[in-house]
Amino acid sequence: MRRRYLALRVLGEHFVSKRDVVDAVWSAVLQLFGEYGASQASLTFIEYNSDRSWGIVRCSHRALEMVRASVASVTEINGKPVAIDVLGVSGTLKALRKKVLLKRQETTT
Amino acid sequence: MRKFVDLHLQPSVKDSDQVEKIVTRSSKLGYRLVGIPLPPNVTQDKVRQLRGICKDVGIDFVTRLDLTSKTPRQLLHELRRFRRRFEVISVVCTSKAVARQAAKDRRVDLLSFPATSSRRRFFDHAEAELASNASSSLEVDVAPLLSSKDFLRIRLLSTLRKEVAIAKKFGVPVSISSGATNLHLMRGPYDCVALASLFNMAVPLALCALSESPLTIVERNREKLSPDFVAPGIRLVRRKKDCLSV
Repeated sequence: MRRRYLALRVLGEHFVSKRDVVDAVWSAVLQLFGEYGASQASLTFIEYNSDRSWGIVRCSHRALEMVRASVASVTEINGKPVAIDVLGVSGTLKALRKKVLLKRQETTT
Repeated sequence: MRKFVDLHLQPSVKDSDQVEKIVTRSSKLGYRLVGIPLPPNVTQDKVRQLRGICKDVGIDFVTRLDLTSKTPRQLLHELRRFRRRFEVISVVCTSKAVARQAAKDRRVDLLSFPATSSRRRFFDHAEAELASNASSSLEVDVAPLLSSKDFLRIRLLSTLRKEVAIAKKFGVPVSISSGATNLHLMRGPYDCVALASLFNMAVPLALCALSESPLTIVERNREKLSPDFVAPGIRLVRRKKDCLSV
């Protein structure tokens, strides 16, 4: 099964823990696509850095648009407004990290 | 590289800080051209100030006017009055008569419908046929989709699905914009494409709705508003004094 890795960044004014993000993304997938859709996504959280509000999610390549739409539909966590941006998508973790790092360097310069 | 456009950012124009924050985020998300609805009586100084803010973050700015006329007569009057002062004109169709008038008028660029009430969305076959002849576009905002919940969202998705199918059938261009009033309702272009898949919009069509379609509107209107424009396809190349020196 081919996979896709998505780098996410949570934009909000309050502290958001890993559990909060995991719950928010899962409930968004369930709300938009139901249990049947969620079962096809093979969604897994690889890592999340709560200090930098940055994380990586893995999903099936067939469910990429589905996961992306669900992630984009998250507007609040714990009643506080947030937005989750997808910083990049890649087929391997190594390429994703490289891509996101390059993007960060571009935005800082 | 594709140039992404967001023709509908809705910050409070009076609050320069908010405008700056929203425009900066737009730039970070990958948009290269943004439109902000302005009040009809906006001053040239304000427009210049907004253009400056956008220029600082490397984004092109488009002046836009949202008309919410109550009658077709009022719409015609407002179009006559404001068309040459704004680069993009959008009509928020609150009644069927206004929707029909807006769809057949070539001066209208975008047809937008209230997201909260599905009964007030008048984009049907007749509307689409008129819009395709007048080359106006259907505007779909992402923000109401994000802020609505449960039954409201289900209804909105179902309506958008129908409208996009009708637009495709009649060749009416669709323009996807954020409609964001704050930073948290803004999404990147590819996230908007993913959200558009919820109302059965194929990826190439959604990408076109975020770049080519709105860009065509802006380029067409900028050409029309330029002092050298005479008629479609006819442009002033040289003025009298320049001609004498040849």
